[in-house]
Amino acid sequence: TVSQLSGQTPTHEGRDGGERGEDTDSSMEEESDTRKINNSFLRDHNYATEADIISTVEFNSSGELLATGDKGGRVVVFQREQESKSQPQRRGEYNVYSTFQSHEPEFDYLKSLEIEEKINKIKWLPQQNAAYFLLSTNDKTVKLWKISERDKRPEGYNLKDEDGRIRDPSTITSLRVPVLQPMDLMVEATARRVFSNAHTYHINSISVNSDLQTYISTDDLRVNLWNLEITDRSFNIVDIKPANMEELTEVITSAEFHPQQCHTFAYSSSKGSIRLCDMRQAALCDKHCKYFEEPEDPSTRSFFSEIISSISDVKFSHNGRYLMTRDYLTVKVWDLQMESKPLETYQVHDYLRGKLCSLYENDCIFDKFECVWNGSDSVIMTGSYNNFFRMFDRNTKRDVTLEASRENSKPRAILKPRKVCVGGKRRKDEISVDSLDFSKKILHTTWHPHENIIAVAATNNLYIFQDKVN
Amino acid sequence: MEVSAEAKRVMVVALGKLYSSRIQRGGLRLHRSLLLTLVMKSARDIYHAAQATAESVASDWEEAAGPSEEEEAAAAAKLRTGAEDKENQRPPGPPQHARKRRGKAAAEPDFLPCKKAKLEQGNSPQPLVVSSVLVDYVMCGSELGTTTPTPIPIQRAIAAC
Repeated sequence: TVSQLSGQTPTHEGRDGGERGEDTDSSMEEESDTRKINNSFLRDHNYATEADIISTVEFNSSGELLATGDKGGRVVVFQREQESKSQPQRRGEYNVYSTFQSHEPEFDYLKSLEIEEKINKIKWLPQQNAAYFLLSTNDKTVKLWKISERDKRPEGYNLKDEDGRIRDPSTITSLRVPVLQPMDLMVEATARRVFSNAHTYHINSISVNSDLQTYISTDDLRVNLWNLEITDRSFNIVDIKPANMEELTEVITSAEFHPQQCHTFAYSSSKGSIRLCDMRQAALCDKHCKYFEEPEDPSTRSFFSEIISSISDVKFSHNGRYLMTRDYLTVKVWDLQMESKPLETYQVHDYLRGKLCSLYENDCIFDKFECVWNGSDSVIMTGSYNNFFRMFDRNTKRDVTLEASRENSKPRAILKPRKVCVGGKRRKDEISVDSLDFSKKILHTTWHPHENIIAVAATNNLYIFQDKVN
Repeated sequence: MEVSAEAKRVMVVALGKLYSSRIQRGGLRLHRSLLLTLVMKSARDIYHAAQATAESVASDWEEAAGPSEEEEAAAAAKLRTGAEDKENQRPPGPPQHARKRRGKAAAEPDFLPCKKAKLEQGNSPQPLVVSSVLVDYVMCGSELGTTTPTPIPIQRAIAAC
């Protein structure tokens, strides 16, 4: 379900199951129907409710489109409706534009491994013509999808009639030229490239280069460079696999290209460090040119120090001068010119520090939260538990906790800041740490590139919030 | 000792998670397995450190208490080793279904690892057995793909803690 709330526009309550339901108006290359039925059977009968869990959200570079990927391998693309002059107060809202099945569950027979269809990441390519392109990936395969509109259809064929039936040649007495006639708008998604068989381990991220010709895909131990046009070849540019796997101490958790410098990329590790690499130095970028790490504070050492220092997301700022990293309890902003320690550290939910043992037992300590910059790099946002998400203003140093829930957000209302009570007396509107619902987590969020519009995924619900217009 | 009890609990939970992750859909997650292994390692070190402190404290007490306690401790140690030996003994007699005479060839070759649980002797640091999970993962993920992953000897891993 999709919920959109904003200051003044009327409610756009999501139609249950409607937006994310079965696709009826897109076509794509597919194999035999039997395979599709088998996979749907697997999906519907074993993982019916899990398939709707949103696993990634991403605005495109203009903010006109918003894509979501889910555990069932589907991609749903929303498009912002044009702001009409007659109703200027009705801000453009997002409606479903296209739905398609990006990835299917697969079975690797050689390794006896099932490959999940869950979409791990979606990245848009900047728009270069009328069609839209995005990259979507599961654990093993990246696909380039073309989303295009069709609003005309050729009519008046000679050899077949309007229904497509072949005409008897003897009945054809004259020739005519087929003419393009308008038809109802149809949005098609077609898989234009499939980049497969390049990853032994699970892909955790993809990033499109600013040169718009290449991109990287990253798994636990390797980063591969691809050309968007070439699917049968990729170049391994980072490989941290040790000769003896028993000596493994660190894995790659995310990688991203610099937004302007097409030769620079960064990757984060499970040990809490970030490496910046320059592709011009060598073909294999095993030697970093910058290494960012903050020494561990020995006073906070616990059984779980390694787990909570693992970086779950790394994002360059839009201006390319900063890096942001998310670990389990904090978000850090790093200045690319200073490797010894972060410029800023923000506590997301420090009240969980005393609960690490329970969070370890219920697996929450392994949750991977993402983080995101706003368009001007002045505010950063990340998710937490109980459907809370946090925003930090880097200039004013103010922060706010908001909640994505329909019960607590009336349509057209301004979101009310929330507060977690950490000790002593609990005030009326506060919620105590023990009352937090750890099954409601906001792992994936995205911010419109220019405006104050955010999309927040809360399990299988998508929330879109817009700034209030005065 | 609370620390060692907590350490033990952390290790047991880690093992459970490692074991159940092998049957998870999508295959072994290397990152998660690595984090669990690291947690186990640090919990194990803390556990051993706690045990070492406890034993040194206990031996101080023994010296102070006198020879009778020493005898008790020695007797207790003997009982334990006796019990261990019983655990490690193979079940007596040949298998019921064997029709052939049990010759030398039928005896278990000594180069195979013992499947029985072995209690650790002393505090000598041993290589972390559970890292074979990562090897297991690698075998699953190898390009050759012809080798079948060997089942992790869970009994050995549990005992090693």
